[in-house]
Amino acid sequence: MFRDAALVAGKDLRIEWRSRVTTNQVAPFAVLVLILFAFALDPDRGVLQRATAGLFWIAILFSALLAVQRAFALEAADGNRDGLRLSGLRPAGIFLGKAGAVALELAALEVLLGIGVVVLYNTTWSGWLLLITTSMVATIGLAAAGTLYGVLAAGLRVRETLLPLLLLPVVAPVLLGATQAFEAALDQSASNGWSWVVLLSSFAVIYVAFGILAFGSLLEES
Amino acid sequence: MIESEGMVPAHTGSRATRLLGLATLAGIAIVLVLALAVTGPDAVQGDAARLIYLHVPVAVSMNVGFGLCTLGSVMWLWKKSRWWDTVAVSAAEVGLVFTGLTLVTGMVWGRPTWGVYWTWDARLTTFSLLFLLYLGYLVVRHLPADVEVRNRRSAYVALLAFVDVPIVYMSVSWWRGLHQTATLSLSSTISGLMLFTLVLAIAVSLMGFLWLLIHRFRVAWLEDEVETAGLDLAINERRAEAAVMEVSTP
Repeated sequence: MFRDAALVAGKDLRIEWRSRVTTNQVAPFAVLVLILFAFALDPDRGVLQRATAGLFWIAILFSALLAVQRAFALEAADGNRDGLRLSGLRPAGIFLGKAGAVALELAALEVLLGIGVVVLYNTTWSGWLLLITTSMVATIGLAAAGTLYGVLAAGLRVRETLLPLLLLPVVAPVLLGATQAFEAALDQSASNGWSWVVLLSSFAVIYVAFGILAFGSLLEES
Repeated sequence: MIESEGMVPAHTGSRATRLLGLATLAGIAIVLVLALAVTGPDAVQGDAARLIYLHVPVAVSMNVGFGLCTLGSVMWLWKKSRWWDTVAVSAAEVGLVFTGLTLVTGMVWGRPTWGVYWTWDARLTTFSLLFLLYLGYLVVRHLPADVEVRNRRSAYVALLAFVDVPIVYMSVSWWRGLHQTATLSLSSTISGLMLFTLVLAIAVSLMGFLWLLIHRFRVAWLEDEVETAGLDLAINERRAEAAVMEVSTP
């Protein structure tokens, strides 16, 4: 299963690396969102610093939508999806591979946006252990849930509009948990943040398990 | 296509559901009299508290609806039974109506009690997310697709939404719990008559829910029948055309 996952993830990441869609389109979009927040919230009154955690995660959430859509648009053309299905790879492996590739892309975006808020919002990061753990579990949860809804929507003509409607309410707890944990870390009160990490981990575990069990059947349809 | 389980409808109405409907109407009348005239106003909240006789019952029915939707989806995945699939979609649709009612009655009650229609109270927030989750389910459900594909897709969406519910609930209550304690707790000493009215209202709401559910089920079932019949008819017509062509070509 993990060998299959590595193959699929390797393929997706190689395509991303060569096509430069993530680096040339998704990453600039994420930075653009940070800049737009500054227009919406007066940058002179400290609102941006206080809202850093939430704005950071909203930018990640929007980028995750794009990354997930992109992960399945790769296979939309020329019946690649059928090819993947007939390849003999284990569906659980395909799921872990696609989710893993999305998670790695998101992790790279998080590093970029992490630097972005330091530069643009004048934020000082603190509580590194909590920050990194939160990012890891939240990213795994986002990627797993995103991949599940991504494959559900992939074959549909309305996928671009359907995916946000399905995915965003489901990942609302991730936004909430990750924001709260980041705020705790920034306030130097890390002890308040760890319970959110537990919540984010349960989210990740549930959706990864769901994906391992159900992905095959979801890939079948449409 | 005849299913072994349960009754398969031929109409949207039947003697049993007409009786159920009449009983529900009578129940609503009794609850109205009890809730508006017989029981007294709440010691703290005054007349606004009377909304509890509407708000809590519709919330209970909403939970039953989403529970049935999950059950129906699981049963469809397990047994591939059209009956359970139709239960799932009907329960979700009626459940969504009751979620809407829960939100609206909650807001109407919130205005005089809290002074605002909306507050980021744990339960209001949870219900609004629930509403959106199941709205997504119905959107997916109504996308055109093969029956088998449609059923499986919507069953998985229902399950994906369902596993999210406890996490949504926990995250939202922690979120609010960090900022404010106990937004509201109704006085635990509720008088006998009030309690009776509330329990009766819950029963009546569940009856109304069941009445709507059965009718929605029948409509959904018949819709599928019409679709299948239409397809069969079209196939037969094409076959007849082909037969005519064969005869006419020498």
